[in-house]
Amino acid sequence: MLTYLAKRLLEMIPTLFGITLISFLIIHLAPGKPTDALSEMNPKMTPEARERLEKYYGLDKPVMVQYGLWLKRIVRLDFGESFSMDRRPVMQKIWDTKQPITERRLFITFMLNLMAMIIILLIAIPIGISSATHQHTLFDKITTTTVFVGFAMPSFWLALLLMLLFGVYLDWLPISGLKSMNYDVLPFWGKVIDRVRHLVLPLFVVAFGSLAADSRYMRSSMLEVIRQDYVTVARAKGLSEKAVIYRHAFRNALLPLITLIGLSVPGLIGGSVIFENIFGIAGMGQLFFNGVMARDYPLIMAILTIGAFLTLLGNLLADVGYMLADPRIRTGQ
Amino acid sequence: MKKESLGSLFWERFRRNSLAVSGGVIVICLFVLAVLAPEISPYKPNDIDRNSILMPPDIRHPLGTDDLGRDVLSRMIYGARISLAVGFVAVGIAALIGIVFGAVAGYYGGWIERIIMRFIDIMLTIPTFFLILAVIAFVEPSIWNIMIVIGLTGWMGVARLVRAEFLSVKERDYVMAARALGASDFRIIFRHIMINSMAPVLVSAVLGIAGAVLVESALSFLGIGVQPPTPSWGNILTLGKDNIEIAWWLSVFPGLAILITVLGYNLLGEGIRDSIDPRLRESERR
Repeated sequence: MLTYLAKRLLEMIPTLFGITLISFLIIHLAPGKPTDALSEMNPKMTPEARERLEKYYGLDKPVMVQYGLWLKRIVRLDFGESFSMDRRPVMQKIWDTKQPITERRLFITFMLNLMAMIIILLIAIPIGISSATHQHTLFDKITTTTVFVGFAMPSFWLALLLMLLFGVYLDWLPISGLKSMNYDVLPFWGKVIDRVRHLVLPLFVVAFGSLAADSRYMRSSMLEVIRQDYVTVARAKGLSEKAVIYRHAFRNALLPLITLIGLSVPGLIGGSVIFENIFGIAGMGQLFFNGVMARDYPLIMAILTIGAFLTLLGNLLADVGYMLADPRIRTGQ
Repeated sequence: MKKESLGSLFWERFRRNSLAVSGGVIVICLFVLAVLAPEISPYKPNDIDRNSILMPPDIRHPLGTDDLGRDVLSRMIYGARISLAVGFVAVGIAALIGIVFGAVAGYYGGWIERIIMRFIDIMLTIPTFFLILAVIAFVEPSIWNIMIVIGLTGWMGVARLVRAEFLSVKERDYVMAARALGASDFRIIFRHIMINSMAPVLVSAVLGIAGAVLVESALSFLGIGVQPPTPSWGNILTLGKDNIEIAWWLSVFPGLAILITVLGYNLLGEGIRDSIDPRLRESERR
């Protein structure tokens, strides 16, 4: 099992390398120099000052040399200084050590996605199982239809509709941010309730899209498994239906879902740009979007790299999950 | 006995699948709307009317007006053109790149294949939406650039598909026969193997159009896609968000149009797949 894990880790290294190379090349092959953004703002920018700036960022060197220098810095988690007015180090913007951990952008995005993922699994798995074991019933038909609509639903539109309904017309839930203005003066339980109220809509929106895909996947995987001989054998030897489904079929049906979860990580992270923007959540997605608008290229490169790294991490966790669920891999056969 | 060609067999299965047919009808309706936009839209999409700003739906404006008094229905009909164009061009680009990479990897194998497959793995690791945004940061946000960027970041699925098809087909007798007759690699790839692996590519392209429509609308919604005053469903929704407290119609109708369009392409794509080969049903999707 350890050798398998080590092999997977080793395989990650060239991928990581490739990710950094691609993020780097995209920015450098794109038309327009990165320093344009800096100089456009400033009418007093002389050609000499511009040259100095390019030298400072190492832009006068050949691209591959620049890449080498950049790589050397990001190994130490130094993504350089932001191009925005405040000139803060990019890493400080993503992971602000002066703020409590719950206010740091990477943490916010990570936790939101993690919570969404847990909700997705808690709902998608039971739905998938029941619609597989109750195939062709009304419940199965309703979930199948919902899933189909879910696939086609633009997440930002769902967010708008929910904001319209629960925020504007019913006025039940806040539609922006992660806490109220008076958060700090609230008692402990008030704080918890305030957080939950702010999280309901964003989490629902994030979870909804994957919910459709994952429950569908669970259903077809389950349908495949319950036709297998060993399930028939389990039934034939007189086990209860519950034991058959949950002990014998469920575990095997779970395997493809684990892979799917690993694959859904980049979608979730990419989607954070949209929902953080709509709900005014100060996470990494919002930061990335602001960076794109301002052409803040050290920031863009940093978040591209971190996003890809998180995806790799997700894939690795999926591998570990697969290993725990599948004894054949665990024992190295 | 009736003569049964592959085409008529396909059509027979497709016709009996009511969901697939309704998907096809939706897509055809969109085409008609887009082509006839100047004839059927009640107003010009960019006609500003200061006397009817943010009017709720009524007889004169069935879907209401926006913050400049423009007719939402007319803007949405013109928006269908954008959505259609982006979907087809972006997927065309993606399919072309995917087919070339997939064919080369599957046919030649060896180190070329390893490099291409590794490249695909890496591209799949970077969150696509981040990648698209990063590129858009450095190019003008125009409809052409949007199409190209969506195409350039969406070819990996097709490439994998084509490679798998090639691997399973390239050792077949008819390919051997073609090679024995001295056909060039180019001819074998495109005349002999490609024809036989087009079906899954077609299905994935139709499903891909649905994805491209979603991405375009999301980009336009964020303000970095199709730029106003050119109407697109996504940028009407931006107005919906800005006026969410006072104008629900700006949020509801364009989103519904996106939903129905994407649903249409999805139903059509799945319908084509089931009709080409019923055995593929319930297999891997997304």
